Amino acid sequence: MATTHSQRIGRWVLAPSLAVLAGWAFVPLVIAIYFSFLRYNLQSDNTGWTGLNNFYYFFTDPYFLKNLINTVLLVSFTLITTVIGGIFLALLLDRPFWGRGIVRILMISPFFIMPTVSSLVWKNLIMHPVFGLFAAIQTYFGAQQPLDWFAAAPLIAVTIIVSWQWLPYATLILLTALQSLDEEQKDASEMDGAGPIAYLRYIVLPHLARPIAVVILIETIFLLNIFAEIKVTSAGGFAGNLTYLVFSDLNDSNDIGEAAAGGLVAVVLANLISYFLVRVVGKNLEA
Amino acid sequence: MARKQQAVKTLLVTILAWIVGLMMFFPIFWTAVAALKTESDAYTLPLNWLSTPWTLENFGIVQERSNYALYIRNTVVIAFLSTLLGLCFAIPAAWSMAFAPVKESSISWSGKRWLATIFLTAFFVGLGLYALNWDLTDRAALGLGALIVTTVPLTLWVFSRNTTDALLWMLSTKMMPPAGALIPIYLIFTRNGLVFKDWGWIDLTEWNLMDSFWGMVPLMMLLNLPIIIWMLFTYFKEIPDEILEASRMDGASLWNEITKILLPMAVPGIVSTCLLNLILAWNEAFWSLNLTNRYAAPLSFMISEYSSPEGQFWAKLSAASLMAIVPILIIGWFSQRQLVRGLTFGAVK
Repeated sequence: MATTHSQRIGRWVLAPSLAVLAGWAFVPLVIAIYFSFLRYNLQSDNTGWTGLNNFYYFFTDPYFLKNLINTVLLVSFTLITTVIGGIFLALLLDRPFWGRGIVRILMISPFFIMPTVSSLVWKNLIMHPVFGLFAAIQTYFGAQQPLDWFAAAPLIAVTIIVSWQWLPYATLILLTALQSLDEEQKDASEMDGAGPIAYLRYIVLPHLARPIAVVILIETIFLLNIFAEIKVTSAGGFAGNLTYLVFSDLNDSNDIGEAAAGGLVAVVLANLISYFLVRVVGKNLEA
Repeated sequence: MARKQQAVKTLLVTILAWIVGLMMFFPIFWTAVAALKTESDAYTLPLNWLSTPWTLENFGIVQERSNYALYIRNTVVIAFLSTLLGLCFAIPAAWSMAFAPVKESSISWSGKRWLATIFLTAFFVGLGLYALNWDLTDRAALGLGALIVTTVPLTLWVFSRNTTDALLWMLSTKMMPPAGALIPIYLIFTRNGLVFKDWGWIDLTEWNLMDSFWGMVPLMMLLNLPIIIWMLFTYFKEIPDEILEASRMDGASLWNEITKILLPMAVPGIVSTCLLNLILAWNEAFWSLNLTNRYAAPLSFMISEYSSPEGQFWAKLSAASLMAIVPILIIGWFSQRQLVRGLTFGAVK
């Protein structure tokens, strides 16, 4: 048992971490709240209080609704593809076959690619309307005018890139969870003549319920903040999300006040989701 | 009969798995092939990159054109220093949480207590600023005062939590969207912003954190600190209390207990924590793109430079991409099994 003495020391050695994290969490937040009430443009400098106008401008910005919808679509599409694909791939990798280690490495690799690289590689080498790989495949099958992904469907193009990056994450986590499933249970279900669908429905999915919830929540946190994929592919005008909108308020219109207000909106949104994540993870901590 | 069926099944699974695996890996492979082509071959139709001559010239051009050495140096410095700095904070914190947990909050907060804390803080801040001869109606003094008066009680609240709550609170800081912190951090880092300006009694106009290691390394450390602490915590948790207990009985000091007993036993955990942190720091893009542009810019930034229309030379883009991802890809391959724990905050083992 930990003694009172070591508990006292424990508090002190914990203090630096808590202090820097508290600074990181609270100081920017307070500053953001302060500036969200100022009419502050980098060109015209601080011109006084403006009440809730920054929030009003942010919410009535035509891009706000569009980017909010984009955010929701991007997050939900990616979640659907990665979770369903992840379950499938995890089941596949869980079976014994030749070269399992190598396939596992191949499949996991996209997760280690930095977002700027995957964006540019996909945009130029694969989705390019003339020289891209998809265009080549389309032409091979007789298409006259291959699809120009980033002109015709920028949001879908970004979603594909992001899904490619996050599918390995879902796979890796679900695979790990699947491997903790009792081998005897698998054998027993096979022995009892359970078909693949019954196996999936009654053995796998109940066992994976919690890991899937964790994957969904953690991915959501990261997917809400997708930025590089949108900026580097210059898809911001059509497929921008809230993060991108805040960035462009700062970068393009130099409007500190409105960007701060937008950032706070993003904070509120993320907090709603993290509330659930913390509860899920916290439950595990006590167990 | 059953044996044969099993073999056929395995064969089918093998084929399917290899097809899916190769498809997932294909964009990386395709980049590698394009990097080994001359610029004109990269644009031939139909795509016949496999039959055109191979060349290594692109890698040299990348170094010449965009000074690869500078960017990889910056990336390595930021990633490694932030990991080391993070460990300095995280090892004591994880030790304390794993081996000396506090079961109950030390302060039970009530409305009265909140008010008292805020008023007391405000009083002492005012006193302090007055002692420093600050004009208390000055905008900067008011701002600083407001900042301290809100931050200090909240920090006290965090400190008084029990261990479980503190852990979860740390985790929740990781969920703060960077968009929310972008403006404050931008204003703090930039010259003539909130901090680095002429204050009258001290002139900080020559200073700024924008585009410097002094800004990027601590920032990256803060971004990943919750993950490092969490991951170390789950590893430390697996070491039986009794071992540390026994060393304490034998009269080992706390310092010896940690450095001689705990750390050697936790080396595998610490290494995989470091690897995960390296990967995250290496691939970080939001802050790198927003806060750096030349001196401290990492590889993420170098690659983003290739997005401009005049920079669209595929062979060079591919070569640069390859040079940016290969080191971290190899690290990732070696540590993939250990990553799960850190990436799920210990929720899946």
